[in-house]
Formats: sequence, C-alpha cells, structure tokens
Amino acid sequence: MTDQQLVHLVGVSKIYDGTPALKEIDLYIRRNEFLTLLGPSGCGKTTTLRLIGGFEQPTTGKILFDGRDISSIPPYKRRVNTVFQRYALFSHMNVFENIAFGLRIKKMDEKTIRAKVGKMLDLVNLTGFETRSVDSLSGGQQQRVAIARALVNEPEVLLLDEPLAALDLKLRREMQHELKNMQKQLGITFVFVTHDQEEALSMSDTIAVMKDGEIQQIGTPEDIYNEPRNAFVAGFIGESNIVDGVMHEDKVVEFAGQVFDCVDGGFGKMEPVDVVIRPEDVKLVQPEEAKLQGVVKSVTFIGVHYEMIVQAAGIDWLVHSTLMEPVGAKVGMLVAPMDIHIMKKVSFG
Amino acid sequence: MNRTRPMLPYMVWMTIFIVVPLFLIVYYAFTSTEFNGVALTLDNFRRVFQPVYMKVLWRSVKLAVVSTAVCLFVGYPAALIMAGNAFSRKNTVIMLFVIPMWMNFLLRTYAWLTLLERSGFVNQFLARIGLPSLNILYTDSAVVLGMVYNFLPFMILPIYSVLSKIDRGVLEAAADLGANKVVTFLRVILPLSLPGVISGITMVFMPALTTFVISRLLGGGQYTLIGNLIEQQFLVVGDWGFGSAISMVMIILILISMAVMSFFEDGEEGRALW
Repeated sequence: MTDQQLVHLVGVSKIYDGTPALKEIDLYIRRNEFLTLLGPSGCGKTTTLRLIGGFEQPTTGKILFDGRDISSIPPYKRRVNTVFQRYALFSHMNVFENIAFGLRIKKMDEKTIRAKVGKMLDLVNLTGFETRSVDSLSGGQQQRVAIARALVNEPEVLLLDEPLAALDLKLRREMQHELKNMQKQLGITFVFVTHDQEEALSMSDTIAVMKDGEIQQIGTPEDIYNEPRNAFVAGFIGESNIVDGVMHEDKVVEFAGQVFDCVDGGFGKMEPVDVVIRPEDVKLVQPEEAKLQGVVKSVTFIGVHYEMIVQAAGIDWLVHSTLMEPVGAKVGMLVAPMDIHIMKKVSFG
Repeated sequence: MNRTRPMLPYMVWMTIFIVVPLFLIVYYAFTSTEFNGVALTLDNFRRVFQPVYMKVLWRSVKLAVVSTAVCLFVGYPAALIMAGNAFSRKNTVIMLFVIPMWMNFLLRTYAWLTLLERSGFVNQFLARIGLPSLNILYTDSAVVLGMVYNFLPFMILPIYSVLSKIDRGVLEAAADLGANKVVTFLRVILPLSLPGVISGITMVFMPALTTFVISRLLGGGQYTLIGNLIEQQFLVVGDWGFGSAISMVMIILILISMAVMSFFEDGEEGRALW
C-alpha cells in the first residue's frame, strides 16, 4: 500500500498575505490513478496543484514524492509536468519546437527528439502540424500541444489545471475521453483540477471535493455521488434537495412535517440534521398513495427527462421524472428509505 | 466618403509639414542655381561621396552604433529588473527613468558640460578620492556619453513594455519543462522580447545618427557629425543644395536600417510604440 503512494501531502497549508488558501490538508495520490480535485473557485484546488508542481512553497507541512520531501525543490527539478489553464505555449516557436522544448533542455540527440515528438503528435492527433505556429491553432489544438509538450517528458505525475475550461461543450467531451484514454494507455498518474462535477465524475478514479481550503470528502465517483458526507458535497455533486430534518431515533427521521423510515443511524436523539434527496429518487404517485403531497409548479423538458418543481410542505422539491405531470396537478411523492440520506449539520463560514 | 472627411485635417497637416519639405529637399539636392536659371545636376551627390565627407558619415554611423550598443547593454538589464519587480516598486523605478525626460534636452546636455569640465564636479570628486582626473570633454567618449544619457529611456521603455507583457504562465511552463533561470531567459524571455529590442535599437539609433546638438556641446566647435554638417550647410554656408543632398543620403541610410530591422521583427509588439 505505501509503495503505491506516489505523492503524499502531509499537513500542508498555504497562507497568502495572511489569508489561508489551504488548511492543513492531508492527501495521498496513488501511482497510476486519475485523481480529480473538485470544488468551487477559491477552494484551494489550484493551490494544491501548484504546490505539487513546485510553483508555490507550502507555509507548513511537507510534500513527499516517492517518500522523499520535495517541498523546497524547484519546479525544473521535479518529475512532474503541468498542463496550464491558458496553455502557456511558447508563441515564438512552432508546434514541433514547443513539444521538443523539454527534450532539448535534457540535451537529447536530434534523432530521439524527432521520434519522441512524432509519437506525441500522433497521440494527440496533430501529425502534420509540426511547422505550424501555435498562434494559428484553434483552442482545442493548442490544448493538445500543451498536453503533448508535458507528456513528452514522460513525467511520473501529470498536473492538469482546468485544461478544458476554455473549450466548448462538444470539444470538452471529446477531450475528456481522449485524456482518460491517454492516462490508461500511458500509465501516468494524473492530477486534474476542475470545478465541473460532471467532468470529475466521468473521468476520475478518485475525487477529492474541496471547499474553503479543506478536503470535504475523498473517494470514488460512486462513493461521492451515492454517499456524500455532508450537505456541501451533496449539493456540489449532482443536484439535490437538501432540507432540514430531525433524527427521532436510529433509522427514523422527521422532515417536511412527516416522519419517515431511513437507513442511517448514529445520531443523537432529536439531533437536527440535513436530509438529502436526489431528484431522480423521488417517485411521483397519486396523492393518496404518499405521505408527502404537493402541487406541480413548473415543468421543463430537458431531453432525457422532465425537470419539475413540486411544492410540498412549504418547500420546493426538484424532481426528475420521465413521466410528465401538468402544472397545477396534485401529486404524491414517494422516496425509498435507502434514498433518504441523513447528514450531520456542518456550519460553513 | 464618411471616412475620408475626418481625415482631411491630418492630410493637410501631413502635406504641409512632411510631403512638401521632402519635395523641397529632393528639389534642392538635384538642382543648382546657375547664372541663367536652375539646372539639374548630380554635383551635390558627387560632393557627398568625397572622402572628407565620407569620413564624417562613417564617424556618425560608428558613434551611433556604439551609443546604441551601450544603451542596449545598459537598458536591457534595467528593463528586465523593472519588469520583474513587484508592482508597487515598479512605478517608482519607471518614474526615475522618465522624470529626466521631462526636463529640456538642451539643459540636460548642458549639465554634462559643466559636470565634465576640467574643474567640474566629476573631476573634483575624482581628486577627492585620489584618482587621476578625467578629460573626456570634447572627445568621442563625451559625445557617446551624452547620447547614451539622452537616449537610454528610448531603449528601456519599449523593451520594458514587451517584457512586462510576457505571460507569467509561459515562464512557469518553461520551469515546469526543466528550464532553470538561465535557460528560461535564453530560450524564452530573450526571444520573446526581441520585438522590443528591435524597436529600442531603432528609436536610439536614428536620433543618435542625426544629432547635432549633443556633438556640438560635448564634442566642441570643431567636432563634426553628419547632423552638424547638414546644419552648417543650411545655417552657416547657405549651400541648400549640398545640405539637401546629405540629408537625402541620410534619409536613405535610415530607411535601409529600418528595412533591415523590420526584417528581423516578425512580432507586432514592438510596433505598438510607433
């Protein structure tokens, strides 16, 4: 297990001008894993990436790489490479020279450089673009050059700082696939920063959800989606109904004026909790069949299903359903006990 | 129609102050006033290419090149330091370079005259610390010093403007790809700043080649550069034909050097200052 831990952040915090950007986080990254740092802007995800890349020094704590402390080693001596958010390509060089930059610094011979760059151009589908100037490329192509420029150095860890943020939706989907394939094909550890939860869910082996310089939850995409640890994670990953509730006893919770069975326990008696219900877990039935009754306030067709707002017990519930109920219809809402997620209340500054 | 009308005043301005004088120079350069009227002639140009005047031309080019080189070697590091500085301190440093430019150019040059005098401030200071006195006034060195002092900001500012526009991300990318500070400078910063360097060289070289005030004051009355030669022809000798011919040779010389410069300059950055 320990030899799998390629990068280990131990109690790392970073303070900029008195404002903490990271608060003593502990994080390890396994060899060959696709780890995503996910969170809203200002949550410290990019700072974490820059610390691993060596562009920032931790205020406290240390960063272990293969068991060795690299906290004070400059970026050019680290075996990691970065794909920057705005690509940061060298505009005075053509595509070939951009990709060859790292290899030339290592003073490789021309033949090896040609072979390696050729292989990379093939990997990112840019063969034939060698002599093009980088300014003449589209955003997606520049992105590929940036990826090739980093990967050609065969880093042990590739850091990607919101690399797809500037691309349009279709291109972003394509690049997500390609990145994931490259990662599998090359067997390189990827650390990926994004604020896009869908991107995180579809690409990652592991997701670390961050907020206010702290890691809220770390786990597989399934764990994070199905068992969010707190209301923030639940709200950030996918859409959720988050309502106030009170725990009567283990497996019994009261919310929206009714008492429901659930599967969670371990809370104090009458402890206030957050109740999280995914919109796709709400089943619409005849009013008399359910404890919760409400009125449909709005209906939007968004392709796969209808998105409906149902007002019940003074709360607006988001419901996803493949069957449409007209606006104004009286409906009942059923939620299976295992789909009622109970979370400890946390206060967020 | 709509676009030409607002341009009209500028067109008139340019015609009166640029096109007409240029035509006059060409006219005077190719004609001579004979007893029976005006005649076309190449005599003025033949005179320009006499050894005595070629020597003056050569000396002017040499001093301009030396001054430009000194400005570059002093100015580039200065621009680099300014661009690398924290924002708050940056403005102060820029101001230090710009403030002297607010003073009259003649005054600044006169100041050097008194500073460099035999019993001037510089020599008093040297004597105080026990060093031999410096007698560079009325030599090439003094003229170069005057040019460098007056034209240095024109070298620093374009280079600084290009350097400060370089994306920090590009420098981080270079470090990320294994380049230490020296390699990053040589392979990324320097090539990216070339448009500024070329613009700076042009902006120093041209006034240095044509100056006649600096050479007159710091070089002394007998000191002749191409600028002085032209000035004398027009104001002292009164030979407008010969003066115009030298001016034309110099204009062509400048056009050639600008063509060479723009050949090296493929970026747009440096042009922003023109």
